[in-house]
Amino acid sequence: MTKKLLLGVEAIGQGAIDGGMSGVYAYPGTPSTEITEYIQENKVAIVRNLHREWSANEKTAMESALGMSYAGKRSMVCMKHVGLNVAADPFVNAAMTGINGGMIVTVADDPSMHSSQNEQDSRFYGKFAMIPILEPSNQQEAYDMTRTGFELSEKLGTPVLLRITTRLAHSRAGVIPVEKAVAENKLSIPDDPRQFVLLPALARKRYQILLDNQVKFEEASENSPFNSFIEGEDHSLGIICCGIALNYLMENYPDGCPYPIVKVTQYPLPSKLVKKLEKQVDKILVIEEGYPIVEEHLKGFFDQGKKILGKLDGTLPRTGELNPDIVAKALNINTSEGSPIPELMVNRPPALCKGCGHHDSFKALTEVMSEYGYGHVFSDIGCYTLGVLPPYNSGNSCVDMGASITMAKGAADAGLFPAIAVIGDSTFTHSGITGLLDAVYEKSNILIMIGDNESTSMTGGQDSSAFGRIESICEGAGVDPKHIHAIEALPKNHRKLVDLIKQELDYKGVSIIIPRRECIQKSARRISKSKNQ
Amino acid sequence: MKCDIVLAGVGGQGILSIATVLGFAALENNLYLKQAETHGMSQRGGAVQSYLRLSDKPVYSDLIPFGKADLILSVEPMESLRYLPYLSPNGYVVTNTTAFRNITNYPEIDLIMDEIKKLRHAVAIDAEAIAKEIGNAKASNMVMLGAATPFIDIAIESIENGIRAIFGRKGEDIVNLNLKALHAGREFAEANR
Repeated sequence: MTKKLLLGVEAIGQGAIDGGMSGVYAYPGTPSTEITEYIQENKVAIVRNLHREWSANEKTAMESALGMSYAGKRSMVCMKHVGLNVAADPFVNAAMTGINGGMIVTVADDPSMHSSQNEQDSRFYGKFAMIPILEPSNQQEAYDMTRTGFELSEKLGTPVLLRITTRLAHSRAGVIPVEKAVAENKLSIPDDPRQFVLLPALARKRYQILLDNQVKFEEASENSPFNSFIEGEDHSLGIICCGIALNYLMENYPDGCPYPIVKVTQYPLPSKLVKKLEKQVDKILVIEEGYPIVEEHLKGFFDQGKKILGKLDGTLPRTGELNPDIVAKALNINTSEGSPIPELMVNRPPALCKGCGHHDSFKALTEVMSEYGYGHVFSDIGCYTLGVLPPYNSGNSCVDMGASITMAKGAADAGLFPAIAVIGDSTFTHSGITGLLDAVYEKSNILIMIGDNESTSMTGGQDSSAFGRIESICEGAGVDPKHIHAIEALPKNHRKLVDLIKQELDYKGVSIIIPRRECIQKSARRISKSKNQ
Repeated sequence: MKCDIVLAGVGGQGILSIATVLGFAALENNLYLKQAETHGMSQRGGAVQSYLRLSDKPVYSDLIPFGKADLILSVEPMESLRYLPYLSPNGYVVTNTTAFRNITNYPEIDLIMDEIKKLRHAVAIDAEAIAKEIGNAKASNMVMLGAATPFIDIAIESIENGIRAIFGRKGEDIVNLNLKALHAGREFAEANR
C-alpha cells in the first residue's frame, strides 16, 4: 500500500474508518478538529455514509457515541482536552456501563496552551475512569492504534481513551494504511438488558466488574505490541518515555540510546516492563508530555525507592510542551543555539480579521461602556475573545464555554451593573442556552450580546447546530421578544447598535442583542469554492 | 541527505502551500519527512511557523532542535528573524522583503533589512514584484519556494511535479504560472546568493 502524508489527526481519522467505525461525534476544538473534518471529506466514509455531523457540544457527542456503541456499532468521539471536562459525566459513567460496539474517546491535549486556556492532561481522566489509555508516539502508531483500538475496546468490554498532544496532532508524516477498511459491525442490542442501567443496585455490580477488569487491562498493556523494552548498555540510568517523548529522546541519540528504555504507549503502566527497568538501573528518568502522572505514580508519597527524575525535581520543566533541547538538557547533552533574536523583534499576537463583523460589535460596545469604566463585560471562548486585546480592551473574563452568560448573571446577582455577556453563536449553542434559562427564570438584569457570525470560526468555520434559530431559541427559553434584537454587524449600523445597547441597558431583565454577519473567512472560502466548481 | 527547514510567516499568508509542494517532492524521492504546522488561534494574523524535516534516514522529532535548521524560508521579513536561534552556523535565510503590517509597533523596515544583511548567508527577494512581473502577485509563495530550491537537495523536477500535483485541479494556466514563479525565484537566488 502506498504511503500517505497525514497529520496525526488525519491518521486517526483514517484509522477509525479502516477499523470499521460507523460514526464519529465531535465538537470542534484545536487541536482535535481535523479528525472529524478528515472523516467528513473521506470517500469511504461518504460511500458508507458514516455518521460525521458535528454535535452541539462534547457531552452530547460522548452520549451519542455511547448510544451507537449500545446499538453494537463502533463509534468514536473526539474533542480537545477541556472538552473532556464538559463530557466528564458520560465519560466516567461509560467506563461503568462498558460498551457493546467498540468505542474510542479521542482527546487532544494542548501543552504550552497554543490555543487553550489550560494544559490539563487527559491521562488523568483515563486513570480516574479506570480505563485503558492509548498514547501513540508517532503518526503511524496513531493510525494503527486507532484502527485496532475498536477491537481492543470490544475485547476488554470498555471504552478506550486515545490521548494525543498538539505536536502529534498537527505534524505530518508518511503513514502506510491497510489495503481495505474492515466491515462495520451489524446492529445488535447488548446481551444483558440492564448493562447500561446504572441504578444504584445495578451500578454496584458494574463497578465491581470495572474493578475486576483492571487485571485484564494491565495484561493488555503488558502484551501490547505498542509497549516495549529497549535494551541499553549503560545502567547508570533508565528512561521511561511516554507517547511522543520517545522522538525527542531519539533525536538526541540518532545512533541508539546508551540507556535502557521503556516505551509506554498503552496504559495502565505495564508493570513488568517498568519493574525490569527498575532492577537494572541506578535511577530512572521519566519523560512525559503534560502532567507528571507516571513520575508521581512511581515516586509515591514516601519516595523511598530508586531516584526518580522528571518534572517534580526540576530535571524537566513543569510547564509547556517538550522538545529535543529540553530533553537534551535533562540528559546533560550540550546544545547550541543559533544567533539570538535581534532586539527590534516584536510580538505578533493573533487578531480579529480585517472586515470581521466582531469589530463592529466591539466598536459600539466600547463606546457605550466608556461611561461605566472597566469590569462589566464577561466574554467567552471564540474569535471574539480577541476583543480583550487592544484596540478594544473589551472583556474581563474568558473561562470556559458558556461562562459569559452565567458569570454575568452571578455578578448581577451580586449587584454589579451593568453586567454584559459577549458570546458567539456556536458557544451559545454549546453551553449558553442552559445558563440563559437560569437568567430568565430569575429575571436577572443582564444584557447578552450574541455575536452571530453563522460559524464556529476559530476552528475553521464549522456549522453550528443553532444556525438560523438563535432568536427562536432565545424566545423559546423565555426571553421577552420585545427585548430580542438582531442587527446586521456593519459599520453603517454603528449608531443604531450603540443606541440599542443603551436602550437595553435601561431594561431591568434579560435582553438579547444579536449583531449578525457571516464570518468573512467563511464567506471567502464559500466564494472560492463556488469559483472552483 | 538531511534538510531541516523552518517555514515562517503570518497566519493567512499560506506558508503551508510551500510545505505541501515540498512534501510531495520528498515522497516522490522516498525521503523520510516530518512537518509540524501551526493550526488554531495564531492562524488569525499571528506569527506562524512550520518545521519541515527531510532526510534519507528516519526522522524522530517533529520539532527542529536549536541550531540545526539548514534553512529559514520566510514569506515576511521580520518573521525571518524570529527563528534565528534554530539556524545552524552554515544555514541560509531566504526571505521575502514585503512587510506584512498588522501590528501598530512594526519596526522600521530598513532596520529589519539591516539585520538580514548582517546574516552570514541570506537571500532577500521581493517576491510580490517578481510574481507580478510574471503575471500574478498570488504566485509569490512559489517565487519564495523557487528562491529556496538552490539550498534544498531535491531535484527541481520533483518540485515541479509537486506543483503539478498540488495546483493541477485549478487548471493548466495556474500550474504554468506557478512553475514560472518557481523558476523566477530560483534564478534570482542563484544570481544573488
